[in-house]
Amino acid sequence: MDVEILSRLQFAFTIAFHYIYPPLSIGLGLLMVVFEGMYLRTDNKAYHDLAYFWTKIFAITFGLGVATGIVMEFEFGTNWAVYSRYVGDVFGSALAAEGVFAFALESGFLGLLLFGWNKVSKRVHFIATLGVFLGSMFSAIWIVVANSWQQTPAGFHVVGEGLDARAEIIDFWAMVFNPSSVERILHVWVGAFLAGAMLVISVHVYYLLKRRHVAISQLALKHVIPLALVFALIQPMIGHLSIEVVAEHQPAKLAAIEGHWETGPMNLGIVGWVDTENKKTYDISIPGGVGMLLDFDPNHEYKGLNDFPEDERPGMPNAVFQFYHIMVACGMAMIAVLLAAAWFQWKGKLNVTGFGESRMAKWTGMALVAGVLLPQIANQTGWYAAEMGRQPYVVYGLLKTSDALSEAVVAEQVLFSLIGFTLVYFVLFLLFIYLMNKKIQHGPHDDEDRDHKPMTEEIVKVITNTQNQ
Amino acid sequence: MLFGIDYEVLWFIVVILLLAGYAVLDGFDFGAGAVHIFLNKEKSRRIALNAIGPVWDGNEVWLVIGGGALFAGFPEAYATLFSAFYIPFMLFLFLIILRAVSIEFRSKEEWPWWRKMWDGVYFTTSTGLAFSLGLVLGNILQGLPLDENFVYQGTTLDFFNPLALLTGVATLAACALHGALYLSMKTEGRLFVKMTLLIKRAQINWLISFGILTGYIIYFHPEIIAPILDHPAWIVLDLAAVAAVLSVPQLIRKKKYSWAFIASGLSILMLIGTVAARLFPAICVSTLTPEGTLTIYNAAASKLALSYMLTVVAIGGPLVLSYTAFVFYTFRGAVELTEESY
Repeated sequence: MDVEILSRLQFAFTIAFHYIYPPLSIGLGLLMVVFEGMYLRTDNKAYHDLAYFWTKIFAITFGLGVATGIVMEFEFGTNWAVYSRYVGDVFGSALAAEGVFAFALESGFLGLLLFGWNKVSKRVHFIATLGVFLGSMFSAIWIVVANSWQQTPAGFHVVGEGLDARAEIIDFWAMVFNPSSVERILHVWVGAFLAGAMLVISVHVYYLLKRRHVAISQLALKHVIPLALVFALIQPMIGHLSIEVVAEHQPAKLAAIEGHWETGPMNLGIVGWVDTENKKTYDISIPGGVGMLLDFDPNHEYKGLNDFPEDERPGMPNAVFQFYHIMVACGMAMIAVLLAAAWFQWKGKLNVTGFGESRMAKWTGMALVAGVLLPQIANQTGWYAAEMGRQPYVVYGLLKTSDALSEAVVAEQVLFSLIGFTLVYFVLFLLFIYLMNKKIQHGPHDDEDRDHKPMTEEIVKVITNTQNQ
Repeated sequence: MLFGIDYEVLWFIVVILLLAGYAVLDGFDFGAGAVHIFLNKEKSRRIALNAIGPVWDGNEVWLVIGGGALFAGFPEAYATLFSAFYIPFMLFLFLIILRAVSIEFRSKEEWPWWRKMWDGVYFTTSTGLAFSLGLVLGNILQGLPLDENFVYQGTTLDFFNPLALLTGVATLAACALHGALYLSMKTEGRLFVKMTLLIKRAQINWLISFGILTGYIIYFHPEIIAPILDHPAWIVLDLAAVAAVLSVPQLIRKKKYSWAFIASGLSILMLIGTVAARLFPAICVSTLTPEGTLTIYNAAASKLALSYMLTVVAIGGPLVLSYTAFVFYTFRGAVELTEESY
């Protein structure tokens, strides 16, 4: 294998692994702010315990996010030196802003958040929580701005030629608000909120199914399920805004997403298979569906893959198609399961007694426990589609991925580091699962002594009734 | 230009301050890891680990920001150096991740073999990281074989030359002393007494390794010292560095450990400052051709980008410093083990 394939594999592997954690941190950060804010308002100790419990989980996701994030920053330089030189001027300002405004804010306050419960006042601690959450939100802004610039470059001019060509910034705000950045930031944020919310829901429903930590879990679900439902419902709308930008600025990506070979009306695929060899797509689809959604006209013509030069369109349209549609399917599944959850919650059946009385409620509960994977899969596949759809360019229309490599690096070196990352990340993933399991099995702080064993029916009834009143 | 100083110069100062700040901060927690194995009791080891508990993650952020600042301000230097140092940097990344893993894993089970194993990983990775910081510094100090397109022409083995290895050892010794001094501020009673003994040993290692390194440079690489003589103004900086370095043993002798910690931090800062001053305006000298030398001018981003970034730093820098100070202030004094501890 050559340097290009190995470097791409390594980058894909390390960025995909990294992206498990930051969305969880952002999503959990939001819920920690909610729980701790409720604690400040109501002085109900249960909110404190919820915030405290989820802070411990947050610490794990944040730590892994930092460790795997350092790798990303190094890799631009180690593996993609030509790319780094090309985009340094543009990318650099975004990265500097991230470092100073976002990352330092998060990490500075993190110590207070984790270790400061008894060292500072409630209010100062809340500010620390807020600081960490806002820091993670800012982080997302700057890194998505940088990535969006690679998709839809703006606010720059190119100086030099050939290997010496560089993109130089001429308008900072045009770079920041490039055509795709706002939509994509919103999409990433809401995806992150869902990742956090679905994890919290999953764990607390799991407790209910196990009849542990009942009171506190119902309290958490009362807030988080409606919140998650709202996020799940607005996410497709934001996605729609985002795909409008793709249609305008990256037509080849749009064609790959739907496996659209011949110029003409574009079908909205539900499932399918893109046969790259024979340039055909087999799918179940709504004819002219894309035109209806984007231009209110089923007969609207879209340029097909065949009309793009072979070296200017994504090389693996089937992968782009599949990943995109898996993302959409996960989003729809999330809406379905959250609607069911909200329904049972409204009917007062999303609790231990409800699980006993209604089989549907229990199944919904089990679906919610497994549902933690849905936003993770959607976030991952969504990014795969976005990044593979951008190929063969690393900066759309300007710099090819194959031209962006480090000249000084040879295949053996990348092979060495790829094997190294595989091993180290395997250990890291074990650590993640181990720690999460340990914290979740231990449960929220308040029930530590009296609630370690499953509850009897009578106690459950009493708690459920007081909760519902 | 700002106050008559080029943007490139200002940004170079920013990058050096960030990287030196990183060396001082992560230096003491690498150092704490390097002396960790010399603490025998389980409780001592827990206290030592919790002394860095609230801050080590934040310390590593300085690396992210420093690396980002290099990328942003001097993309050419970032691209060249990071791809040249491919294998050492990858090893550095593996070590830094495994170190984080060891800190997190250690406290989670009570089994003695479990804790011993992770103590071993923590010690090994901390030591390796401190050493490799010095390895990189030693290579930058003597220059790299870069061609006229700034492409590295050497091999991985070239990094392990005598000067770099000696710098690595000296850096490890400096970190170990720095870490031991940090721990002495964070401990009480018998553990504190133990730390003072460790500080004595660390100090001897430090004096010996720096003596050998200095001797080696003067004898085999006089060209590294020469440019300093050309810029008499920097003699002040060098003297300040020497003063900071020499004040450490003095302060230790007077048992002023907190001041000694500050002095050892300053000495690391000053030593990196003198390296930067020696290089300036170069970032990395090419040993092959003068055109291959990376300077703050030929490696810099555009003036406009630099002016944006300087604005960011002017606004954000004081904010970062003030809340970092607040966090250190909140966690001042000796460690108490609570249920949040490692």
